[in-house]
Amino acid sequence: MPPLPSHARRHGRLTAIAANVARKTLWMLLVLWGITLISFWVIHLAPGSPTDMETTLNPLAGEAARQRLEALYGLDRPLHVQYADWLMRLLHFDFGNSMSADSRPVLTKIMERLPLTVGMNVTAMVLTLLIAIPVGIVSACRRNSLLDRSVTVLVFLGFAMPSFWLALLLMMLFGIELQWLPISGLTSMHYDQMSLWGKFCDLARHLTLPILVYTVGGLAGMSRYMRACMLEVLQQDYILTARAKGLDEKNIIWRHALRNALLPVITLLGLSVPGLIGGSVIIESIFALPGLGQLFYAAVMARDYTMIMGNLVLGAVLTLFGNLLADICYGLADPRIRSAKDDA
Amino acid sequence: MLPRAVKNALGRHAMLLIGLFIVLGMSLAALLAPAIAPYNPDALHLNHILEPPSSRFWLGTDRLGRDVFSRLLYGGRVSLWVGFVAVGISISIGTTLGLISGYFRRWVDETIMRIVDIMLCFPSFFLILAVIAFLEPDLINIMIVIGLTSWMGVTRLVRAETLSLREREFVDAARLAGSSTGKILFCHILPNALAPVLITATLGVAGAILVESSLSFLGLGVQPPTASWGNMLMEGKAVIENAPWLSVYPGLAILITVLGYNLLGESLRDIFDPRLRR
Repeated sequence: MPPLPSHARRHGRLTAIAANVARKTLWMLLVLWGITLISFWVIHLAPGSPTDMETTLNPLAGEAARQRLEALYGLDRPLHVQYADWLMRLLHFDFGNSMSADSRPVLTKIMERLPLTVGMNVTAMVLTLLIAIPVGIVSACRRNSLLDRSVTVLVFLGFAMPSFWLALLLMMLFGIELQWLPISGLTSMHYDQMSLWGKFCDLARHLTLPILVYTVGGLAGMSRYMRACMLEVLQQDYILTARAKGLDEKNIIWRHALRNALLPVITLLGLSVPGLIGGSVIIESIFALPGLGQLFYAAVMARDYTMIMGNLVLGAVLTLFGNLLADICYGLADPRIRSAKDDA
Repeated sequence: MLPRAVKNALGRHAMLLIGLFIVLGMSLAALLAPAIAPYNPDALHLNHILEPPSSRFWLGTDRLGRDVFSRLLYGGRVSLWVGFVAVGISISIGTTLGLISGYFRRWVDETIMRIVDIMLCFPSFFLILAVIAFLEPDLINIMIVIGLTSWMGVTRLVRAETLSLREREFVDAARLAGSSTGKILFCHILPNALAPVLITATLGVAGAILVESSLSFLGLGVQPPTASWGNMLMEGKAVIENAPWLSVYPGLAILITVLGYNLLGESLRDIFDPRLRR
């Protein structure tokens, strides 16, 4: 077959990526449905009910009050009816109202909390990549050097370090011992009277420690993975060719090897989303930050079904979206990826 | 001076030895806790509340005057127990599904692998939290839930092994000799796939210990007064400004234990499974 002109090839590639994305999206919707199915039944069949807080634990409320409340939340209907109803609403992006005293829409409550959690995670992720990629590359290029060995030791420590303990240690050092940074909350008491710049600095000071904890949490895995991918790429024939051509080492590593070594790292980013979501529950609870994790924790404690389901769906969507994004980046970065390749 | 051969072996397997040493040491300390612990872990020494480490209370005392060192030893039992049982559950599920998936292929494989995909997309810590909070947090529930949400990696691994092992002659021979499918799966294929499974199990213990301590730290794990490293840290956080030792030692215990299992698992992987070597 004669080689296609470059614009046609480019077009073909984009079409392939688009087809791939469409197929993936369809599959993701199925996965999402599976996740809602499992979590809805697990959560509704587990003991306890959202009405407990206001009735069983309240000596003034009787059986009649409990039944009225259940009717209000629609909990008196058969479970499959409740699920069908909930799913139908979800199709219209209606997550229902929170089953707590304030009865506000779940989506509104989530949206209030989302920016903080996503913001912290994205910042931490960028920092992680900025540190982990160079560290991984240097470790791989100077394999078994003193530097590589020290990095390996740090990586093992990082893997074993519970995030909440790291948070406690940092609080002790920077918050209590040195008094440099605040240890809890999002803003100071007189935040409202601050200038715009003052507000920004205040927020930044409050968020430094949490973001540091997130970053360290991701660092070990990411740099280890980067190192492994780099080592693998450096053994490939085309690197040998590049060396034989007489390219200088800098060129080989930063232009030829890095591109290919970055591919698997993109996938790892997509896969790390569920872990980050889980981690936010712990980190937000330690630093008393009003984010999604804290919202979820409170919802679980109050058995607020709609709120829990809303969070689980959102978490799953973010995860799936992360995977899809990774797929797209992968497709753009690696010309070998064609829609057919997945099926193999 | 050590002979050179011994020195070389020590150098090459330093990771393995350190890991083994930590794992054995921590296991022994947990098993022998009643013999080693200087005090009853729940005994209140009300005259010695929040005392810093001293010769009498090696790692200090907590808010109720309980001996931190004794509680650490007993907390180790919880961690060890959770780690092993949770991993036992996840390995059993993962191995069985992986064997079935890889051996029968076609729609069985397709179905199981899609379930694995779904489970991998679960924000699993969210689900664990929700389920634990609903089921009354106790040790058994925690172990079951951690086990039920962590079998996917093992399934993939065992499936891959089975896919290649099922084509080998000894499996054909077993089939010809009239072995039942169950016998082929568990007596012929599984033993040959055991090394990677055991390595994953070792790393899994570390993961389960981390999850348990996170849950206990959030107050959804092992409930006080039973000591666990996670809930000791939770109790310590309340007095972090006055009694920092309460927030240091339990965390250190988690770090060292998890490190030990990770070192052991990774070095076993290097030794037994060169294909997986990174």
